[in-house]
Formats: sequence, structure tokens, C-alpha cells
Amino acid sequence: MADKNTFLLRIITPERLFYEGQIEMVEFNTTEGEVGILPGHIPLTVILKPGILNIYEPEGEKNAALHAGFAEILQDRVTILAEIIEWPQEIDVSRAEAAKARAQERLQSRTAETDIARAETALQRAIARIEVIK
Amino acid sequence: MASMRDIKRRRSSIQGTQQITKAMKLVSTVKLQRARANAERTKDYFTCMYDTVNSILRRVGHIEHRYLTPGKSPKKAVIVITSNRGLAGGYNSNVVKLVTRNAEWNKDDVVVYTVGNKGREAFARYGYEVRACNNDIVESPVYADAMKLSEELLKSFAAGEVGEIYLAYTAFKNTVSHVPTLLKLLPVERNDAPREVSDKAEAIMNFEPEETEALELIIPKYMSSLIYGALTESVASENGARMQAMDSATSNAEEMIEDLTLKYNRARQGTITQELTEIIAGAEALG
Repeated sequence: MADKNTFLLRIITPERLFYEGQIEMVEFNTTEGEVGILPGHIPLTVILKPGILNIYEPEGEKNAALHAGFAEILQDRVTILAEIIEWPQEIDVSRAEAAKARAQERLQSRTAETDIARAETALQRAIARIEVIK
Repeated sequence: MASMRDIKRRRSSIQGTQQITKAMKLVSTVKLQRARANAERTKDYFTCMYDTVNSILRRVGHIEHRYLTPGKSPKKAVIVITSNRGLAGGYNSNVVKLVTRNAEWNKDDVVVYTVGNKGREAFARYGYEVRACNNDIVESPVYADAMKLSEELLKSFAAGEVGEIYLAYTAFKNTVSHVPTLLKLLPVERNDAPREVSDKAEAIMNFEPEETEALELIIPKYMSSLIYGALTESVASENGARMQAMDSATSNAEEMIEDLTLKYNRARQGTITQELTEIIAGAEALG
């Protein structure tokens, strides 16, 4: 059994095991707002929204852009099922900037056909990607 | 008895075929390894997803939810995953049969979404309504493809065009065993079997947002992960089936070659004997 100050974080995507390790804290964005999870959290299942994922390892900090999925939080472990997640080095900045501009434009010149929810998600995604690189 | 030349020609033609089937077997073996590793990686994600959805369903009890009750339309949408190329034994026809031989389904009530060219051809031949098809994604499925497909289906489910959604694919058990499987995607079926609820963490699990809303958000993800899992398993099965088919083709060719070689040698021996007899007979006549 690991010591009480850390817990097991597993991030699974459909294509690979993205991350697995003992960590001190994890932060991410959910439909109900941003949350930080420490060891010994009450069992909780949350739906994720595009945002930055911060992993606080005993040796340092890591972050990634997390776009969609949900997380299952238990006392001694957290499992994140991520549909889309990227490490900063995997992100193409110019593409993210272009996507941001496109989404903003779509939101401003909104017409009857504009899928607002979709444009907003796209914008949030682009922002998360850009933020995580900084 | 066939002439020596005929036998020789036949044998070399079979040898050529054998070389092709042998090469194809090697290619599928390599592809199978890759596809299987892929399918196994997906399994982790899928199992986790399945457990979560089931635990939510158990907690919410019997509620009215649009994803849990069949739509009014009698139409059924079926996603059929086949391959683009043949020479894979019964792989394609077994999946197609799941739909065409289903006694409960009326042909006019079924809308087929095919993935893979072989399936499209077969259903067009049987006269089914083929709604959409995308043949490229079976070559190397990525998750985004599955998401797109499930989005499209959910849209037509929400619009009331189809009442139920099914998935027909080939489950990959191991290298030699592939099982054609028909799976109901929507409405989501409850797994009412009382599983070990001893997992006490589950008993006190909280949801944010609350269960019904979470269901609304999770079920589309659940569907895409099922479709993606089916895609990766089907690709693995396809290569497994092709490997088997090519393996037996190669050994059949081997058998035929052996048989023909024997015949050829006999024919050769026959001609030599005959020639000798003729020469001896000629010499005796002269002497």
C-alpha cells in the first residue's frame, strides 16, 4: 500500500494508456466547474469539459490538454476515461490558433444554422490547447 | 492419362498460386499482430466504460429516459462491419448472415450502415436499404471515426427515424476463434443480473451532475466506445480469418503439388518404359 499522501491516477484513452502513476493531486475541468482532487476524496463520477489537466507528482508537475470524457474518483484511485487528451508536445500551436479564430468567428456571426454548443466546445478546446503550451 | 506436359503446366500454375497464398498469409500474420495489440488496448477503456454505465443504470433504477426506451419508429438501424477485401474465408458472409438470416427482422424495417466494401456489396445485392457507408475506416480505425458514426446514428435516433440501433461485427476471441456477434446499442439494455454489489465504493458513488443528466452525456460516449471496440476487434478478426484461409489454401496447394508430382513421375516412367519396349522390339525385328 502506498503512503497516504498519494493516490493512483490512471488516464485511459481508447487508443492507449495515457498515464499511470502515484500522484499527490490532480486538477481538471468538469461540467460543474474546475476541481482539484486530493487523496481520500469521496467516491464521485464527473463529466469532463475541455480544459487543462494538472498532475502533481511527488517529483514535479505535469500538464496536458484534456478535451472530453469522464472521471471516476475513488478514495485511493482516480480513473479518467478520456476520449481526447494530449501532452503539450503533441499539440500543433498554429492549428490550435486557427481553430480558435474559426470558432470565435462562428460564434460572432451566428446564424440560425450555427451549432452554438459545438462552436463553444471547439473554442474551449482550442483555448485549452493554447493554454497548456504556455 | 494426361500428358507429361499438361501435368507439368498444371503443377507450375499451382506452385505460383501457392506462393501468393503463402505471401498473403505472412502479411496477414503481421497485420494480425498489430490489430490484436490495438484491440487489447481498447479493451481496457471499454471495460471501464461498461462498468461505469452499468453502475449508473443500477443506481437510477427504472426511469424513463429516451436512451433507455425504444423509439416509436419500427425501423432498426444496423451497423455492419465487414472488410474491404475478400479471401478471408467466411469472415464477411458470416456477419452479413447475422442480419439477413434474422427471422425476427423484416427486410423493409432494416436500415444498414455498412463499414467495409464487402458488406455494402452484399446488402445492395439482397436489396436492403443501405444508408451510409464508409469503407476507409476499416483499414486502420481511429476513435474519431467511431465518434462520427455514433453521432450520426444518435441524430437519427433522436429525430425518430429509427427506433433501435444494432451493431453486427466479428468478436475476436483468439487467433483461431472469431465469433460473429449482434449487439444492441440503443436502447441500452439493463444488465439486471445481480452482480456482486459487495463493491462498497460503488454503493456510495456520487454523481455530478446527477445520474439522469450524467446518463445523457455518458451514453453517446458509451456508444462510440462500443463501436470503436467493435471496429478494432473486427479488424483483428479479419486478419485472423484471412491468415487461416490462406494457411489452408497453402497446404491444399502443397497436397495438390505432391499428387501432381507423383502423377508426373509415373507418366515419365511410363513413356521411358514404352520407348524402351519399342527400341527392343525394333532391334529384335531387325536381328
